[in-house]
Formats: sequence, C-alpha cells, structure tokens
Amino acid sequence: MNKITDIKLTDSLINNLYRIANKNYIIMEICGTHTVAFLKFGLKHLLPKTVRVIAGPGCPVCVTPQKLIDYAIDLSEYAIIVSYGDIFRVPGSFSSLEKVKSTGKDIRIVYSITEALDIAIDNPTKMVVFLAVGFETTAPATANVLIKAKKLNVNNFFVLPGHKLIPPAIEYLCSNGVKANGFMLPGHVSTIIGCSAYQSIVDKYKIPCVVTGFEAIDIITSIYKLVEQINNNDAKLDNTYSRGVKWYGNAIAKENIATVFRTTDSEWRSIGCIPDSGLELNENFHKFDAMKKFDIKLLNSTTEDNCCRCGDILRGIIEPEQCANFGNKCTPEEPIGPCMVSSEGTCAAYFKYGNIY
Amino acid sequence: MKNNMNSILLAHGSGGKLQSDLLEKVILKYIKNPIINLLEDSAYLSCFPKGCKSKIAFTTDSYVVNPLFFPGGNIGKLAVCGTVNDLLCIGAKPLYLSLGLIIEEGFDYEMFEKIIIAVALEAKSAGVKIVCGDTKVVEHGKGDGIYVNTAGIGEIKHYFSPQKIEAGDFIIVTGNIGDHGIALLSERQKMKFKTPIISDVANLTGIADILFKTSGIHCMRDPTRGGLGGILKEIALKSNIEIEINENSIPVNPGVNSICEILGIDPLYLANEGKFVIFSKEEKVVSLLRRTKLGKNTAVIGRVIKKKQKGEVILLTKTGGKRIIDIPRGELLPRIC
Repeated sequence: MNKITDIKLTDSLINNLYRIANKNYIIMEICGTHTVAFLKFGLKHLLPKTVRVIAGPGCPVCVTPQKLIDYAIDLSEYAIIVSYGDIFRVPGSFSSLEKVKSTGKDIRIVYSITEALDIAIDNPTKMVVFLAVGFETTAPATANVLIKAKKLNVNNFFVLPGHKLIPPAIEYLCSNGVKANGFMLPGHVSTIIGCSAYQSIVDKYKIPCVVTGFEAIDIITSIYKLVEQINNNDAKLDNTYSRGVKWYGNAIAKENIATVFRTTDSEWRSIGCIPDSGLELNENFHKFDAMKKFDIKLLNSTTEDNCCRCGDILRGIIEPEQCANFGNKCTPEEPIGPCMVSSEGTCAAYFKYGNIY
Repeated sequence: MKNNMNSILLAHGSGGKLQSDLLEKVILKYIKNPIINLLEDSAYLSCFPKGCKSKIAFTTDSYVVNPLFFPGGNIGKLAVCGTVNDLLCIGAKPLYLSLGLIIEEGFDYEMFEKIIIAVALEAKSAGVKIVCGDTKVVEHGKGDGIYVNTAGIGEIKHYFSPQKIEAGDFIIVTGNIGDHGIALLSERQKMKFKTPIISDVANLTGIADILFKTSGIHCMRDPTRGGLGGILKEIALKSNIEIEINENSIPVNPGVNSICEILGIDPLYLANEGKFVIFSKEEKVVSLLRRTKLGKNTAVIGRVIKKKQKGEVILLTKTGGKRIIDIPRGELLPRIC
C-alpha cells in the first residue's frame, strides 16, 4: 500500500475532520514547502469550508530583504556570485541576479553550498561569494562548509549571511496579535532544531502547535490535531512528523550552527526587524564575511516595496486574492513583491495552483 | 577518423580546403543519398506524390541543448528526432531534412564526428533523407560547442488539429513523462544515481504509423519544452475546452518522481523528447500502442470534459483533491528546502 497517497486513508481522515470541525478555524503554516504541498495536493478543495489554512512567513526567499539582493548585485562587479535557484529572480531595488547575469556577470545557481566552495577552489584567482539564505534548514550546510573552508584555508570564498530563524518569527507573530488559532510547524526546520525549540512559545501564548511533514496525510492529520486542540481549548505541542523530527533535533547540525554563527536582530522583508531572528558569523569566521571583506556602500538601494501587500500576506492578515495587484499587475513574470517570485512564495503558489471553486 | 586534427578550426568553416575535408571526410561519409551527393546550392526535390495534389508540411527547429551528450543520446540524435516528431504530430510523413551546424572553434573533432554519426543513424531509422546543409564555425567563446538546426519537409497524410478535439475525447500519453528533463538535469548537475535516468529521445515514426492507421485520432502533440502540463494547457486554450486529468494515471518513472520530489520540480513540466499526447475519440488505440517498444507504458490520463470553455486544465490529485494546471513560467529552478 502506498500509505502516503492512499486515497481511502485520506478520505477517512477528511471525514473525521468534517465530524469535529464545528466552528471557524484559522490555521497558519510557516513553511514554503507546506504552502506548495497544500495547494499541489488540492487539499484546499477537500477541507471543510470552516477550516482556513493560511500561509505565514515560511518562504525564506520571500523574507530575504531587498538590501541583501542589492549587496549581491553590487558584489557581482568583483566576484562570482553563487546562490540557490529561488533567489535568482527576486527583485532587489532596481534589478535581480537574473537580470545582472544577462549583462554578463558571473552568477551561478547551485543545489548545495558545497558546490560554491568547489567553485572557489577551482578558481583561485577569483573571489567567490555565496548568498547564504534560508532558515535553520540551510544554515547547517553553510556552517559545515565554512568549517571546511577554514580547515582548508580557502582565502577567496565568502558568504553574504542572510539566514533566519523560525521560532523568533512565530513569537513575533504571537506577540503582535496573529489571527491564527493554531500553527502547523515546519517539518524541515524542526528536523534540525527539534520540537523542544517551540515549547516556550506554546507555554507563553497558549497556542496549539503541531510539527508537520509534507505528505497529504501528514498535513491532514496535523489539521485534525490542531482542530482537536482548539475544540478542547487545550494548547500543546504535538508532532505528526516523528519519523523525521525528534525532541532535541539534530545535535551535530545545531552544534555546527553554534560554532559558526551567533544570533542577531534581523530584517524580514515586508515585515520589519525581528529581535534575535537572524544569524551572523561570529568572530572566528569573520574572514569569510563578504560584508566585512568588501566595503560595500550601496548606491542603488531603496527602502521596501510600496503598494505591495506581501507583508500583510506573510502575517496572515489577507490572502493573496485579496491583494488588488494579485494576478493582474503582479504575476510570476512581472512580480511586484517577493511572495510572487519564489516558487514557494504564497502568491506564486496560489497563482500557479489556483482556486478552482 | 581524426585526420590529424583534434579540434575544429575557424578555417573549417571558411569555404576552403579544410571545409571540403570536413564535408567529405565526416559529414558526407555518414550522410549520403543521391540528393545531397550532388552538393548543389539547393536540393532538387521531386513533387510528391506525383501531381502535387497533397499538401506539404514544413517546420524548423534549433537545438542548443546543454550538455551536448546526455544519457540516451546527444544533440545530433535530438535534432533529427525533434523535427521528425514535429512533422508527425500534424499528420505528416517526414521526407526530407536540412542540417545546419554552427560549431565553436576548438570543438573536439571526435565529438563532432559522433554527433554526425548520430544524425545519420537517426535519419535512417526515421526514414528521412538529409538533403541539404550548412556548416559555420564561430570564434572560440562565441558558441556553446555546437548548435544544430534542422528544417523538415513532410507529406501531409492526415489532418490532426486542436480544432478537431471533441468533448469526451480520451487523452492518451505514450509513456513515462519527464525522463528527458531529468536526464539532462542530472547530467548538468553531475548528480549520480544508482539507476541513471535515460532520456526518452526517439523518433516516433513507429508510433505514428499506428496512429495514422487508426480512426478517431483528433490531435497529437509532442510535449517537449513545457512538458505535459504546458502542452495540455496550450491545447485547452487553443480549442476552448475543459480538460480533466488524473494524477494517478500519469505514467512517471519512480526514479524521476523521487528526483522531482528532492528538487521540488513538477514532472508535469519536464521536457520529453520521445512522447506523444493524443486526443482520441476511442480508447482502443492504447492496447495497440502498448504492444510497441516505445509505447509500452501508454496510458489514458484523462478526458475532455466540455467544449466552449475558457481552457481550464484540472488535475485530480492522488489525494482526491483538485488543482489547476497552468502554463509553466520561467526556467525550472531548484528550490532551497
């Protein structure tokens, strides 16, 4: 039996959900992969109308500030810029990495930061800068590679640090009156940080939380558990992704992050500064910090996008269709805001998979 | 044969001795027929059939694939298959191809020969004659190894078109989707898998022969760039129909599926180079196609629900949900996590 996609099992879970969902519920997921999975599996169409699933700030590319892209674009004058595919099209203030590549700059897309280090080793006469974005999922890889680069004494490899942390963002949403009655917590991030990272949030804000995997059955089970907690007025931390997520997470990955980084206040695009929500390189790794190596003075940078409601979407205040620009002025080809750019951006996912009914 | 030469020089394209050497010792060594052998400025083609009553189909395509060699084929094979399949799709019997080669200075001579051999073998297998061609060499750094263009002429035997599609038509795909896209991606990224994914690049003359003899075929397309999802949406928009396809019925190699999951790519949008999507009034053609080597995984993946619609393509997901299939946008990029 293909458990993951077994339609009978899905059916019975959905039926159970219909049985208990007797009021209105707003559940927020905070993971780009959940946003896509939810729409891709067509779950929106299967859930009771009273259960609304909204997307929070879970797409790492969407929350990467415009300035970081501007820095990378400026650095492409001196260095090979390397990053993940998602960031390629995200607009900075006046351009994107995709557009500057078309003018002949050396911009490369990789699947893993290890390839970026290889590029540096293969091109000893050139500077190589990796634009390090992503949550706790990609931060351990950055840490590992920097530890390796230090051991190998690689002198032409640098990172532009842009990693962000999920628990402080959830805490920020809770302390700013988020509309959601419960959180579907990100599976990949939790594999690294473990369930324990969220306990204080559940205790402090009494909000139901369930760590969730990425199959349709994982998502439906989590929604069921959240609805159950909300009904019983019994907020707790649950884990329906125990095959991947343990209580304390991945000790080695956490240790490597701690070796290389320290937390810092961080700017989330369209949301603002969230205390202790970012990672910067600590003293022992300063020599790899592109911001310190290159004295970048941004000439071409603006403050955040105006007239774009990505911030409201990322905080779950509105859904993409409620933004006046969605689908007409703002499309994946001509995005106004970051949520329309990344394939895991809320607006891009809604645009792609659509709303049938 | 290396001819004391390791790589292509600019002089191979400048009309002198080296160019005629390249032509005679490589290209015409493998590609020969009474038409091209004349080496005239244009090919003399007879009208077909006698009396020119039938219409001709004429198409062209340029091939800039990277990498040039991939599991299952190379740019030469691709350049023949792609144009032959384009002719077959509209119901034409492919007859003649042209071969345009733009080679980058310094390109490996042996690789060039391998590409020409692949062109010759595939043309033979597809029953088409390469009747004219051109070779140019561009400076080092101004090309990507080699670019190939083929134009093709065929005799129209049947009339297949999106306009002929009717409500109730079965939508059939002639095998696993996405193999070509993943074969290229894994080669490009140097990803190693226990069982490598092989491109499906193939000329579909055998499949088309069956379809040409079967009644009730309304439309055929080869889902190359843009994949199955892209082509269905394009047809739906062109013929104002509503399509419903079933995710469970779409044949996908499990290896391709796993790689897609890891990379966050939808197999529906991956390129294919040896598949047809068929709109057919009847289902019976499926069993005929399944008996062929290239069509053994043929499957009915959905139906045309209604005519006079806005061109919606709806996917019934494996979990029983529904979502729309839109045209692909931008390059397929890997995701972060």
